[in-house]
Amino acid sequence: METTETRPSGSTHTISMLVENKPGVLHRIAGLFSRRGYNIASLTVGPTEVPDYSRMTIVVRLGSKTVEQVVQQVQKLVPVVEVRELHPQDLIERELMLVKIRTPERNHTELRALAETYEATIVDVSPDALVVEASGTAGKLDALEERLRPFGIQELCRSGRIALERGFKTLAPPSLKSEAPTPHQSSPISHP
Amino acid sequence: MAKQKMTGAQAVVKSLQAEGVEILFGIPGGTILPLYDALHGQTTPKHILVRHEQVGGHAAEGYALATGKVGVCMGTSGPGSTNLVTPIADAYMDSVPLVAITANVTRALIGTDAFQEADITGITMPVTKHNYLVTDPEDIPRVMKEAFYIARTGRPGPVLVDIAKDVLVATLDFEYPETVNIPGYHPPVREEPRLKDAATLIRSATRPLLYLGGGVRTASAHKEVFAFAEFLGAPIVTTVHGKGAFPETHPLCLGMFGMHGAKYANYAVQGSDLLVALGARFDDRVTGKLSTFAPEAKIVHLDVDPAEISKLVTATVPLVGDLKALLPQLHEEVRKAFEAHGRPDISAWKRKVDDWREKHPLRYKQDPTGPILPQYAIEAIWKKTGGKAIVTTGVGEHQMFAAQWWKTTEPRQFITSGGLGTMGYCMPAAIGVAFSRPGVPVIGIDGDGSFQMTLQDLATATEHKLPIKIFILNNLFLGMVRQWQELFYSERYSETPLADLPDLVKLADAYSCLGLRARTVAELDVAIDQALANDAGPTIIDVRIRPEAKVCPMVPAGAPLNDMIDGE
Repeated sequence: METTETRPSGSTHTISMLVENKPGVLHRIAGLFSRRGYNIASLTVGPTEVPDYSRMTIVVRLGSKTVEQVVQQVQKLVPVVEVRELHPQDLIERELMLVKIRTPERNHTELRALAETYEATIVDVSPDALVVEASGTAGKLDALEERLRPFGIQELCRSGRIALERGFKTLAPPSLKSEAPTPHQSSPISHP
Repeated sequence: MAKQKMTGAQAVVKSLQAEGVEILFGIPGGTILPLYDALHGQTTPKHILVRHEQVGGHAAEGYALATGKVGVCMGTSGPGSTNLVTPIADAYMDSVPLVAITANVTRALIGTDAFQEADITGITMPVTKHNYLVTDPEDIPRVMKEAFYIARTGRPGPVLVDIAKDVLVATLDFEYPETVNIPGYHPPVREEPRLKDAATLIRSATRPLLYLGGGVRTASAHKEVFAFAEFLGAPIVTTVHGKGAFPETHPLCLGMFGMHGAKYANYAVQGSDLLVALGARFDDRVTGKLSTFAPEAKIVHLDVDPAEISKLVTATVPLVGDLKALLPQLHEEVRKAFEAHGRPDISAWKRKVDDWREKHPLRYKQDPTGPILPQYAIEAIWKKTGGKAIVTTGVGEHQMFAAQWWKTTEPRQFITSGGLGTMGYCMPAAIGVAFSRPGVPVIGIDGDGSFQMTLQDLATATEHKLPIKIFILNNLFLGMVRQWQELFYSERYSETPLADLPDLVKLADAYSCLGLRARTVAELDVAIDQALANDAGPTIIDVRIRPEAKVCPMVPAGAPLNDMIDGE
């Protein structure tokens, strides 16, 4: 007999879900994660192509729990229409970062060059401060953050991860999917 | 059906009628007044006035567990709703279909810390299967339909419907929906592709064991389980909620296993090479230390809730679905496997199990002139009721003694708070059972500590002349806690001795019901007869037991299942 006590731990997983736009949904999901001891690394929520549904992307850092267990528990929440782990190899993930840097004007040229390297833009400039906007994977933003640090970061804000899978795969429930059948339509979550 | 104009409160009553609700338990209050006004003069559902909302909730649970129908309870806003939190949490842990209806302050006052306002949907979110705050009267029929549907389907559980007071007063066009459409709620109905794999495992096991949980009762799959078990001929262990899933008087049944299971039941689990778990969830009270649980066993786990599969113990073959529908299919696959490859020889295993049973029986020794032992009391009541009664229990030593010694012979005969472990559960549940199964004797096995948590509702029991018999195994202690103090806290009895209060016979008298007391075996014998003969109303029997009696065997919390503290 094998118990789940011995599973490998520590990895992060991206869980994507479609939820009904109803009061208290965020509370239900956040509450489930907190009471079952699932560590949220980031959580984003926003509108989707359908007005009745929001998409929530939660990056979870797993200790002894398995990602299947997290997905199954989330699936039980009534307002959660669909939930799935997005597989890392199929993942398009993005995060948005805004950084306010307090630095004399003479450094601005160097900062502009740095921003360009990271496909970031400078969205606000004043004599002794500027704001850099960047988007990309968490790793890229981490790297940019490190490079900006010597210039004097005053304030930093990151959005948390949003993600979609590559190709035809969607998370939408069958009733919402486009009419043309696609070869990679997701099936509802089944048992592990 | 043409739409009818009516108030929100009338719509709630209409919805309850449409759901076939026969009975509900509750207490009125300022906020829920419009609903009580709409109930006034209605013959169905019948409203039972309790004296504390918690009792209404547990009574609804008892009703639900004894019948398989959805139990319904009600309370007003604020404290009326928070008093329901314990039974709601209890129903959540034990998968009891329950709908709790509460009123909240008017929409304009919600969120203003108004008088008797409580965010009961927020409070109960972690302990409900789902809940609703209704702020639009037109939502009432849909929400009520969904609430009952969610409560009883899939893995059942409690659903709370909180309705703002002015929504109860507002008018709507009522039409009860015939179907539900909840995009995110789909109880499993799919084909189970792995039945053959399970059959192969069962075919190749030589030390198989059936492990039955509360899911058998939930699915009303007793017949299917019986047929499968007899066909397999394998020994059977149950959880506390699995009691009644299979007759405990049957030679295959080893009864309850786990922390207070029989030694032979725990040995059987530890020695098995295949556990077939049906409607069970590998709770810590049955597994003991997880890493040493059933070390050689492969696991077939059939459950309606996919989240229970491999939550604690990894299933070798998971089967997800309704037990009643799926088990006959598994049975058929196993039959085919046996036909094709022959039956496995499990005779040596059965001899071994019988050997354990013979060497390590559950035992006690009642001195005919000494103090009453709880085990003896329970057996004596069982014998005099011919095993035909429905038992409800409180939580504590008496509960575990009852689980060990009360042998269920029929489904839905043992009703207890297993998951949450709610003291005070016994009499409220007995009230609910008595309303649901008139004519069937209802026996309560309670403790003195547990009884005192909800005793005020003797009034409800007497008022409705419910012939429930509550045997209070009185040891003047919070006994289970005392047992842990004796075993694990150097006999330092911190705050567990209970004063000899109240006088339970006088208390019964004050509530106009029959009160009896037994201090000796002979007195107990007479008291049981008197109690069973009293059909005029409740009977309270103060059974003075030996205070030092401990529930054994016992697996200390977190210890391996075969590491048991022996009997006295």
